[in-house]
Amino acid sequence: MKEYQTITEISGPLVYAEVDEAIGYDEIVEIETAQGETLRGQVLESSEDVVAIQVFEGTSGIDRDASVRFLGETMKMPVTEDLLGRVLDGSGRPIDDGPEIVPEERQDIVGAAINPYSREYPEEFIETGVSAIDGMNTLVRGQKLPIFSSSGQPHSELAMQIARQASVPEEEEGDDDEDGSEFAVIFGAMGITQEEANEFMEDFERTGALERSVVFMNLADDPAVERTVTPRMVLTTAEYLAFEKDYHVLVILTDMTNYCEALREIGAAREEVPGRRGYPGYMYTDLAQLYERAGRIKGRDGSVTQIPILTMPGDDDTHPIPDLTGYITEGQIYVDPDLNSQGLQPPINVLPSLSRLMDDGIGEGLTREDHADVKDQMFAAYAEGEDLRDLVNIVGREALSELDNKYLDFADAFESEFIDQGFETTRDIEETLSIGWDLLSMLPKDALNRIDEEFIEEHYREDDAEREVVEAAD
Amino acid sequence: MSKADTTDAETDNGVIQSVSGPVVTARDLNARMNDVVYVGDEGLMGEVIEIEGDLTTVQVYEETSGVGPGEPVENTGEPLSVDLGPGVLDAIYDGVQRPLDVLEGKMGSPYLDRGVDAPGIDLEEEWEFEPAVEAGDVVEPGDVVGVVEETVTIDHKVMVPPDYEGGEVVAAEAGSFTVTETVVELDNGEEVSMHQEWPVREARPANDKKTPRTPLVSGQRILDGLFPIAKGGTAAIPGPFGSGKTVTQHQLAKYADADIIVYVGCGERGNEMTEVIEDFPELEDPANGNPLMARTSLIANTSNMPVAARESCIYTGITIAEYYRDMGYDVALMADSTSRWAEAMREISSRLEEMPGEEGYPAYLAARLAQFYERAGYFENINGTEGSVSAIGAVSPPGGDFSEPVTQNTLRIVKTFWALDADLAERRHFPSINWNESYSLYKDQLDPWFEDEVADDWAERRQWAVDVLDEETELQEIVQLVGKDALPDDQQLTLEVARYLREAYLQQNAFHPVDTFCPPEKTYLMLTTIQTFNDEAFDALDAGVPVEEIVDIESAPRINRIGVQEDYEEYVEDLKAEITEELRSLY
Repeated sequence: MKEYQTITEISGPLVYAEVDEAIGYDEIVEIETAQGETLRGQVLESSEDVVAIQVFEGTSGIDRDASVRFLGETMKMPVTEDLLGRVLDGSGRPIDDGPEIVPEERQDIVGAAINPYSREYPEEFIETGVSAIDGMNTLVRGQKLPIFSSSGQPHSELAMQIARQASVPEEEEGDDDEDGSEFAVIFGAMGITQEEANEFMEDFERTGALERSVVFMNLADDPAVERTVTPRMVLTTAEYLAFEKDYHVLVILTDMTNYCEALREIGAAREEVPGRRGYPGYMYTDLAQLYERAGRIKGRDGSVTQIPILTMPGDDDTHPIPDLTGYITEGQIYVDPDLNSQGLQPPINVLPSLSRLMDDGIGEGLTREDHADVKDQMFAAYAEGEDLRDLVNIVGREALSELDNKYLDFADAFESEFIDQGFETTRDIEETLSIGWDLLSMLPKDALNRIDEEFIEEHYREDDAEREVVEAAD
Repeated sequence: MSKADTTDAETDNGVIQSVSGPVVTARDLNARMNDVVYVGDEGLMGEVIEIEGDLTTVQVYEETSGVGPGEPVENTGEPLSVDLGPGVLDAIYDGVQRPLDVLEGKMGSPYLDRGVDAPGIDLEEEWEFEPAVEAGDVVEPGDVVGVVEETVTIDHKVMVPPDYEGGEVVAAEAGSFTVTETVVELDNGEEVSMHQEWPVREARPANDKKTPRTPLVSGQRILDGLFPIAKGGTAAIPGPFGSGKTVTQHQLAKYADADIIVYVGCGERGNEMTEVIEDFPELEDPANGNPLMARTSLIANTSNMPVAARESCIYTGITIAEYYRDMGYDVALMADSTSRWAEAMREISSRLEEMPGEEGYPAYLAARLAQFYERAGYFENINGTEGSVSAIGAVSPPGGDFSEPVTQNTLRIVKTFWALDADLAERRHFPSINWNESYSLYKDQLDPWFEDEVADDWAERRQWAVDVLDEETELQEIVQLVGKDALPDDQQLTLEVARYLREAYLQQNAFHPVDTFCPPEKTYLMLTTIQTFNDEAFDALDAGVPVEEIVDIESAPRINRIGVQEDYEEYVEDLKAEITEELRSLY
């Protein structure tokens, strides 16, 4: 392994060095500064005599005399089942004072694409215990379902609630497939504050979830460039646990916005032609290489389910980060500032939210046979009520028909009874659907045009229909 | 194309000079533009995209991690081509026509490894060849010399390749052959096998392009009923995420009455492709009950697969489509999504440091889109048969903003526009195609077909529906201000009729076993039922019945259930009679 002292240019997170041998693209580099500090980096561009290196820890302290070593291999993540219960930094090194980690394997962090032919279509329902998700935007194993939020919203609480509640094992149901498949949470923090990180850690410790979790921490004051590696470390660990050790892995990545900022920073330092809002033109591909690592594989028991969290700058979902994410992921959950200020917990706005894999994950044998119809009807009724709210502001309730008033009541009750369950409450799917029927029974029978008549007969509550106005929290 | 095909001319080969993501430059490589090359020690497949002095730029179809300068670049001297022959149907390929099921076996892993290649069709498999010519016949390029039963649905016609000269048949024998074996010999020494290669960036020749006059019936009410596409037509489906582009494309692939479907998943989700792979062999072809896969070829280059292969997958798809068109089939190609294809072009272009056009897209974006859609059409083939390629491209505009370059450049070319609408999707109105913004320029040329095959007054009925919906849009603006009850009775009634049009006619449940496919006859009957309600209701109103009573009749809501009826004819007859009776009893 040759050492070079040939740095010609240092610019932002990038270092350019002259070389006289072939250096592979994406290879790992170690740079030793005059102070004896060792920094790690990765080859971004390799030509015959000059190599561009992106330094994870930042370039401060590097001068022309720093020595550069090329390790001759691409970035690897040491993986083992013993990682469960450990806390690592953004580059995968332990920071919890625990014993040294003895890896079983070292895996390339740039995961290869899963052959679409080898995938298994996800259709196993995950009960998160959150009505707005289970009832209206069901999550299934192997799905990637991001939370679209904005600054100051309780997306972390929601993510913790899902991680806590979804982890209830289903073994009791005697499903043979599930035997031996345990649940694990891998948490990847990218550029979040120490305080947010503490909240997560406290929650993990309080609920005892830490022992089946692996935590990767890249905090706000850690080098930004390291953030481009953290999610790959996380997902490599997740794939290992899922597809080699049969775990059902739930990956929480927060905050993808910080990840994208880091990408932009590197792109700018390389003087690349920028795409929309200065983000690199390859951001779609780059994000896809992360998100597409969720899924199931034929013949393997485990699964990787992803819940990436992103804070939309200016709460604008046409911003490139949420926009590109939405085109790759299988739906999205919107955390809504208005609902939050009304005190709803969790403040999920179900209307723009979507789970693309829902239709195959619900119904007879999976959840309940009336689930799809109930969901469709509630969406339609809530949307109708939402529309009418604008109108009420202008003309007042008296000017509306009786039916319209019922829709308004429905929308209010939907928020106060269905959505607002609290971050500590868990509801099973039966309870969620039962509340759904309570609410739908506020509407006249023939307004339920999306529900099969058979289900209406079975579940419609005649008594409730007679009550004029439901006490709805405002 | 397999590695064995490569030329021996060592002098044509070069060495890597630099590597940056999917773009590699090589020194001393003697290649033509668009030649396929094998890059590095692992032999990663790539294509020449720029030549400048001694330096050749190559886009690599595989991940380039670990590849470094000094490694060899081997030239094949051939442009990127697809293998054509029996076996293309019921197959699933990546963007450069490598069969994914074969790759899985070869790599022994569920992950896509690098440097593994496989021919697009199985060169070992034997097919039962039935000649259509005999010794003494004279054949020209494109002529059919024999038939192979490729799948239960499709007879594969073996043709003289278009780049042959043709001549007198010397020998033609029936029997079992592999695709590389000669099945027909010509007197000038040319040998016809079941296998052809064709460069993907070049359109296969045809005699003439004609005006399409037959609809591609999709079984989707809003498409067939309001915005039909012709066989040989072009259509764009733009929409923000979550608005149902992919579901619409899947519905077309399942139910469109084309002979052959080529489905290109370009830069989209892995699980969606898996759904297609799992569903299509199980689903029945509505035309004949055979498995859908028997008429389908799938190309899956998901978003995390190499970006250069994403750029080429659209071409791979359309070349396969043209090949079956040459046999006289009606082919429908679905590309989901052309925006990802355009982005792949942008990504490569920016790595080449080309001067960007609008929003960073290369200046040739419009030209490439036009070239692609121009390869669709209703053709008279060089062998005299008629065949068509219909191209339906999904577009994913950033932020759902249709003013962006890919949508705009696509709209300048395509003649059918199905605008997906996030608001409709949000209220779960599916398919969420906006009826005010969408259009079809084929309507007039297709009306005669619908009038012959379905009903004489097809076009008039459609116009009535469009008028009602237009009126509703105007009325809704007023309703937003003053409320519904402030409108005069007749307008309130119009709103009620429009509501049935929206909820019963325009909405269709893709996940309901019956409603998912709606034949044109049913589409028509449903519309006539709503019109019956309309006519009778207005008569009642004229006779002095209050609008509340008309709206409240018991039978009308059953209009919403026509979609899910299997025996719809009887149901519709009864319903019309009941509506009429109930409304007339009010006065």
